[in-house]
Amino acid sequence: MTGFRTLLYKELLRFWKVSFQTIAAPILTALLYLLVFSHVLESHVQVYPGVPYTAFLIPGLAMMSLLQNAFANTSSSLIQSKITGNIIFILLPPLSYAEFYWAYIIAAIVRGMAVGAGVFAVTLVTVSVPLPNPFWALAFGLVGGGILGALGLIAGIRADKFDQLAAFQNFIVMPLTFLSGVFYSIHSLPPFWQAVSHLNPIFYMIDGFRYAFFGVSDKPPLLSLAIVSGCFAALSFASLQMIRRGHKLRN
Amino acid sequence: MTTPAIEVTGLAKRYGSVQALDGVDLTVRQGEFFALLGPNGAGKTTLISVLAGLARPDAGTAKVMGFDVVRDYREARRALGVVPQELVFDPFFTVRETLRFQSGYFGLRHNDDWIDEVIERLDLTPKANANMRSLSGGMKRRVLVAQALVHKPPVIILDEPTAGVDVELRQGLWQFVSGLNAAGHTIVLTTHYLEEAETLCARVAMLKQGRVVALDTTANLLAGVAGLRLKLKVSPDRMPPALAERATRQDDGSYLLPLARSAEIADVVVALRANGAEVTDLSILEPDLEEAFVSIMGRR
Ligand SMILES: Nc1ncnc2c1ncn2[C@@H]1O[C@H](COP(=O)(O)OP(=O)(O)OP(=O)(O)O)[C@@H](O)[C@H]1O
Ligand SMILES: [Mg+2]
Repeated sequence: MTGFRTLLYKELLRFWKVSFQTIAAPILTALLYLLVFSHVLESHVQVYPGVPYTAFLIPGLAMMSLLQNAFANTSSSLIQSKITGNIIFILLPPLSYAEFYWAYIIAAIVRGMAVGAGVFAVTLVTVSVPLPNPFWALAFGLVGGGILGALGLIAGIRADKFDQLAAFQNFIVMPLTFLSGVFYSIHSLPPFWQAVSHLNPIFYMIDGFRYAFFGVSDKPPLLSLAIVSGCFAALSFASLQMIRRGHKLRN
Repeated sequence: MTTPAIEVTGLAKRYGSVQALDGVDLTVRQGEFFALLGPNGAGKTTLISVLAGLARPDAGTAKVMGFDVVRDYREARRALGVVPQELVFDPFFTVRETLRFQSGYFGLRHNDDWIDEVIERLDLTPKANANMRSLSGGMKRRVLVAQALVHKPPVIILDEPTAGVDVELRQGLWQFVSGLNAAGHTIVLTTHYLEEAETLCARVAMLKQGRVVALDTTANLLAGVAGLRLKLKVSPDRMPPALAERATRQDDGSYLLPLARSAEIADVVVALRANGAEVTDLSILEPDLEEAFVSIMGRR
């Protein structure tokens, strides 16, 4: 356990030492989205009856930031370690595959949660958003952060260069997060795009997360939680296999 | 028989079209000070990578203190400390943080006494709280050595630890490593400074294109090459017949003359004088590992 705890602590310290970039900057980005979108759309759009658009937007934005930062944490840590070569410091010790995996994933979840909570806390100053079901928020935050952390881990291990990682981020992660219903309810989409959205696991994370705030969602939260947990289990299994085989790490 | 520190059998590893290791068999006993020599690209680092679990072998097995590096990877890695050839570091952390983390990865929690001692012994005390980024190359190298030692491994492998390191550190490092060897640690070393290997290591393996081409004690390897020789230039450039048949002419116009004893030098000078020639330049060549290396690598 000491090995796992040390690696987790190192991963936490790594982003904490540069928290201006890793926490403060993404919170600011989310606030900019909020300012722009709420200013433009507040009086035109009402997604759930009785819920102002800005209030609707905040949980989605918090979750989107959480997810993007969970991904950024594992992927940037691994690609940097690989490129600078200091990855050997964790390949030489007798860390088990599971210790390796969970240390990275938990650190990713912590960073994601810190950013998500930060976005929420800062927006609270201007708009009050209720949180009647914090359990759901926590559950979706944890599993969602875990999924994106695992995706980041896979991308970080597979990529040989920063631009390959950037491609993964720009062509997979960004479209999936933007098209997940952060800025709208998928009910406002044409049927075809609604069906497509249902294939996007991030849709279920945002939808379930929002349920914690408004008690309404497109899908029953338990179903969404089951779907994202299934995704997380599958990704964890795949990642553990990858680390066990030493794919791209022990060639 | 006690368990060998390192036992490698039939090890093969290919990178694309390069056969980096081509059937390597090697045993290093516990407590040895062992040199792994070979030209650039011979496969030394690849062999070390397999032992450390950084590379997967295509064929063959490798064991550290009796533990298979693939099957019993945790025990094998616990028994091994590796100083990598590349100068790598994590720019986010200080020297002490780096060492604490490394110790933690090996499962050791309250290890500060030993960490302090290693820092002290490697003259890193003034830099203990400095960020890794701010250290000079030689200092970073010392931290790599310290990192390999945090868990007091019985087997220590140093992959060119003295590349780019100043004389003082080099001597300090060898003193330190010799001390570890005297305390019972097995040391395996790669270096391109053959005199280092000659003075420190009792046994040597030479690799060439992924194969072991020599494996013997340093003494035997030295005995295998030409003995004491005299290199000299004479003026006017002529040799008495008795010497001429023993001497070989070099490209630079000098002669190379094998000697049985160093006292023979006087006889040579006298014989030359008697022949009306003066010695203008003279040096004694002792057999060294470099010669053994060159002659072994030149074969085939
Ligand atoms: N990761 C890799 N990918 C492709 N080829 C590699 C890799 N690692 C080593 N090689 C090749 O394998 C061969 C052996 O390399 P290795 O690094 O083991 O040599 P070495 O004996 O350590 O040399 P040096 O004295 O230069 O350090 C070389 O031809 C090298 O180019
Ligand atoms: Mg090498």
